[in-house]
Amino acid sequence: MKIHEYQAKALFRANGVATPVGNVAFSVDEALAQVEELGGYPVVIKAQIHAGGRGKGGGVKLAHSKAEVKEVVSDILGMTLTTKQTGPQGKLVDKILVEEGLDIRHEFYLSILPDRQTDSVMIMASREGGMDIEEVAEKSPDKLIKVRVNPLAGLQGFHVREVAFGLGLGGETFKSFATLLRSLFALFMEYDCSLVEINPLVVLTDGNVVALDAKVDVDSNSLYRHPDITEMRDESEEDPLEVEASKYGLNYINLDGNIGNMVNGAGLAMATMDIIQQAGATPANFLDVGGGASADMVEQGFRLILSDARVKGVLINIFGGILRCDVLAEGVVQAARTVDIKIPVVVRMEGTNVERGRQILLESGLNLITATDLADAAKKVAAIVA
Amino acid sequence: MAIWVNEATRVVVQGITGKEGQFHTRACVEYGTNVVAGVTPGKGGQFMDEIPVFNTVAQAVSATGADTSLIFVPPPFAADAIMEAADSGVALIVCITEGIPVMDMLKVKAFLGGKSVRLLGPNCPGVITPGACKLGIMPGMIHKPGGPIGVVSRSGTLTYEVVDQLTKRGLGQTTCIGIGGDPINGTDFIDCLAAFEADPQTKGVVMVGEIGGSAEEEASAFIKAEMSKPVVGFIAGITAPPGRRMGHAGAIVTGSAGTAAGKIAALEAGGVHVCENLGGLGDLCATVFAGL
Repeated sequence: MKIHEYQAKALFRANGVATPVGNVAFSVDEALAQVEELGGYPVVIKAQIHAGGRGKGGGVKLAHSKAEVKEVVSDILGMTLTTKQTGPQGKLVDKILVEEGLDIRHEFYLSILPDRQTDSVMIMASREGGMDIEEVAEKSPDKLIKVRVNPLAGLQGFHVREVAFGLGLGGETFKSFATLLRSLFALFMEYDCSLVEINPLVVLTDGNVVALDAKVDVDSNSLYRHPDITEMRDESEEDPLEVEASKYGLNYINLDGNIGNMVNGAGLAMATMDIIQQAGATPANFLDVGGGASADMVEQGFRLILSDARVKGVLINIFGGILRCDVLAEGVVQAARTVDIKIPVVVRMEGTNVERGRQILLESGLNLITATDLADAAKKVAAIVA
Repeated sequence: MAIWVNEATRVVVQGITGKEGQFHTRACVEYGTNVVAGVTPGKGGQFMDEIPVFNTVAQAVSATGADTSLIFVPPPFAADAIMEAADSGVALIVCITEGIPVMDMLKVKAFLGGKSVRLLGPNCPGVITPGACKLGIMPGMIHKPGGPIGVVSRSGTLTYEVVDQLTKRGLGQTTCIGIGGDPINGTDFIDCLAAFEADPQTKGVVMVGEIGGSAEEEASAFIKAEMSKPVVGFIAGITAPPGRRMGHAGAIVTGSAGTAAGKIAALEAGGVHVCENLGGLGDLCATVFAGL
């Protein structure tokens, strides 16, 4: 789960990671009050959306006077910010972070993330702050410091020294950085983060090290033990259909295509999307109804797909294991009774109780297209978009 | 022969009295799996059907000689369950549980380091040697005993689809393994490929991967260097948008890493027969494995 920069920075401060002084604001008046409290200029106004690249998109600006604050805040609040990560449609900005401006000597990059390859926690750092880290990794991998930490033994002194000396730090700055890294690592472990990234991490002219930016992603599987993080969820940042789906326990991702699909199992769902594309259509979604889906969940999934106006047809692909084909069939029939289905629906079922499932669909009198196997299903999908 | 599980495998089910545990234990027993014990803390002394239930895995192992554990414990307690099993001395742990926090699995992996126990999963359908032992949640009836094909996959239902296509073309399976869809898991592709290469009954392998991570790329290098048996490969997720987690916690394209295209290229470079369209997998296997 993603949280906003202002939420991440509050978490940082509460856990001993230094950040600039600042607070969130939802209006020009609130922003002016925040500036008053900061007690000086310049101030930094930062759009709060769940996407990187905000600066390049015009969502981060400096202000040197009250008049300028008014102007900048009115510009940013309500704007549709488009960055590399938002997609072409952009994201509406409804809140900003107001922060003190700082005297910066140098910008670094610092992040912590789980490393799948070595089953460890990896610290990554670079002297090239503020840049796209993937670009640094690609163009000059030797400039990227990588230190792997055993999750049971935890962060040791030598890990901190490897990163700090790697960044060329010394004296007071070394100490300030070491404190920050230890606090950040503890936060990463405590909150089950899947990513903590500070880009840039800055050294001020007084030698202190401060997190100028903050990105925190928390492992969704761990939210049951982090009620404080769960409260930070911002549903306005998510696709409305995906929010709706999550209420029913459905795993749904909205895409741009014209063929909706409902599948049990994530791997088969991805493979089904691929088949739709290979048949000359485009997948409108990813929808995994899961292993233990009920008829109600299937019905809700079906309604979600049909609520997308771009969808010209639907492919239901179920390999009955735990989810029995008769349960799926009942869900489809149930949905069809309450929703007016005006587009073709191809159903491919195999596995547990397949005969009973097929019979239920047949006896329902619904106008469904049945497919005998995946190759056949692909042909029938191709016919819909032809 | 087959690998890792057979008629002699003695199974303890952790979480046997839960809804999932009961349901799937019964399906495994019905298939012929030798389930000798169950574990639910606080329910020691009871029975699930005819199977004795113990408070701890250590007690179950010492009383019944169980050598393999099958775990149906909810995510908050699953890491504990895996470590308990590893500590009890069983040789194989199969963890079905989906949704275990990554941090828990990192600690489990560090805990397992140096122990000789094999962990399969988590977030996997389990492992089956058709006709001999079903250790997991897969539908038994789609499998065909006797080999000669080994199957290894990161997915559940996608594996059933692959097995079904093999069976319908008369290609039986030695052992089918789901290694799980989580970013941090126990047994990986290479462990399975090495075991299939060493198993005289297995003549060919189907490997089913998906987007995210680099396990398929590493497996490709292994296949090229170490494998003499033909391998058919399939990768799911060509159409998956970058940065989105596709159901499985481990299925995510990050930047230019973990893409389907990259994995397919790696498989081809490793000499794997790549199936680009799942609908045609059975036909491709029939061709590649003809005469085995």
